[in-house]
Amino acid sequence: MARKVLVLGEVRDGSLRNVSFEAIAAGKTVSEGGEVVAVLIGKSVSALGEEMIQYGADKVVVVEDDKLEQYTPDGYSQAVLSVIDQEKPEGIIFGHTALGKDLSPKVASKLSTGLISDATDLEEAGGNLVFTRPIYSGKAFEKKIVTGGVIFATIRPNNIEPLAKDESRTGEVSSLSVDIKDLRTIIKEVVRKASEGVDLSEAKVIIAGGRGVKSEDGFNPLQELADVLGGAVGASRGACDADYCDYSLQIGQTGKVVTPDLYIACGISGAIQHLAGMSNSKVIVAINKDPEANIFNVADYGIVGDLFEVVPMLTEEFKKLKVSSS
Amino acid sequence: MNIYVLLKRTFDTEEKISIQNGQIAEDGAEFIINPYDEYAVEEAIQVRDAHGGEVTVVTVGGEESEKQLRTALAMGADKAVLINTEDDLDHGDQFTTAKILAHYLKEQEVDLILAGNVAIDGGSGQVGPRVAEQLDIPYVTTITKLEIDGGTVTVTRDVEGDSEVIETSLPLLVTAQQGLNEPRYPSLPGIMKAKKKPLDEVELDDIDLDEDEVEAKTKTIEIYLPPKKEAGKVLEGELDAQVSELVSLLRNEAKVI
Repeated sequence: MARKVLVLGEVRDGSLRNVSFEAIAAGKTVSEGGEVVAVLIGKSVSALGEEMIQYGADKVVVVEDDKLEQYTPDGYSQAVLSVIDQEKPEGIIFGHTALGKDLSPKVASKLSTGLISDATDLEEAGGNLVFTRPIYSGKAFEKKIVTGGVIFATIRPNNIEPLAKDESRTGEVSSLSVDIKDLRTIIKEVVRKASEGVDLSEAKVIIAGGRGVKSEDGFNPLQELADVLGGAVGASRGACDADYCDYSLQIGQTGKVVTPDLYIACGISGAIQHLAGMSNSKVIVAINKDPEANIFNVADYGIVGDLFEVVPMLTEEFKKLKVSSS
Repeated sequence: MNIYVLLKRTFDTEEKISIQNGQIAEDGAEFIINPYDEYAVEEAIQVRDAHGGEVTVVTVGGEESEKQLRTALAMGADKAVLINTEDDLDHGDQFTTAKILAHYLKEQEVDLILAGNVAIDGGSGQVGPRVAEQLDIPYVTTITKLEIDGGTVTVTRDVEGDSEVIETSLPLLVTAQQGLNEPRYPSLPGIMKAKKKPLDEVELDDIDLDEDEVEAKTKTIEIYLPPKKEAGKVLEGELDAQVSELVSLLRNEAKVI
């Protein structure tokens, strides 16, 4: 059954986040041969429409307004709902990002529909669109379908492969003017903490530290390794509770759930609560002094040793590799 | 100030998950207040202590959720409400829960609603914003700081590691992120007092809702455990040789570098 599907493109620092392209790919699956309409919202974002087309959107609707320069649930929901009203989609896909998580329940509630959050996969099976999503932070999975109304889902970044970019693709980029009013939450200030590094939820490589890093400075060698690999630094609850790092770095059942290509756990024992947040990473490396540490039970590769010796050696080794391959 | 906390009973984070008859097995498992909701309870108590008023914790669930409500009362909440759906609903989703909560809250005087930003079991994070939308009040999710000064509320919000400082006003719904506060443990006198605090139980009938009106919009068709991960290769030999071997394995075998 061909459907029209709306996908939200997410803009950060003037460019489209990867999850936007993943959403197009998911939208294509949901559309079953129908049309994929991308929505871009912001102050001046129409120039990005072309890229959404190149990644597979059939057309793009842009809503631009000074009041949309920053994300607010009131502003963005008015914009999205206006586009929904115009396009009347039968499917909607957002990224399961901070923005998508905050906005999607409001939009679903307005439309009085269900919402499948944080899907990691979707497929057509037996006449249904079946979404896979982790529950209990990845300790289990569920397959879920929408039983009535619009098929609305958010997709976890890094899990659904985007379509290949095709620069010859063309499509209409139109703008819709929406009278944005009554913003009940006003952003006074944005303090950038994560700006120096790669975002944890989208990182392909994560170097995570546990109690074994012993101090705030103990994270320095991990950061250096992350820099060489173009990755991000994360932490276990133990490291956060001990004040070695900020809670925003925490990976686990409380904290972030991540699925990078490579996860290097340094000085992390592997409590169940931590494993829930990272055990679905593609490849896991454990570095720990304690050969009995539980983390070795989920690791693909392990080195028994002091992270303060091993991590700098790894950094050097990867640096060499970079030099020789460039 | 009338403060409400939306609370959910969840599995303890240290529990292993197993499946029985296609469902998550609950036998013998420890249950707790969803950790993010615990921050919400703590914050509610602090706001009440600073500004006066009353804290009511509300949950949608079965009889067994009474234990978690009593724990919140022992922490210092004043009243608890259990919206018992055991007899009425086989299964619900976030649409269901949000509609029930909003329906109940519409009939109350509400200044501030706090909830966890996500429950560690279902993990959807939908209920808070859905409730706010249905009550037509603003919301701010994943907050790490809350300051109330008369009618003005200043909230700090965690956005993937960045912080946003947001100005808004009451009535308001916020959802708690880790770092908001350190939830207290119930004290012994607190536990004694909690036994005498009011815990009301209502059913859908009592709040004028029909099962049909809250029928789930989504359905779980299968629950399964992820494939068990085989323990991998622990490297041996001199440390520098291990490091070189690891890099080569990541490059040539795992192909992630």
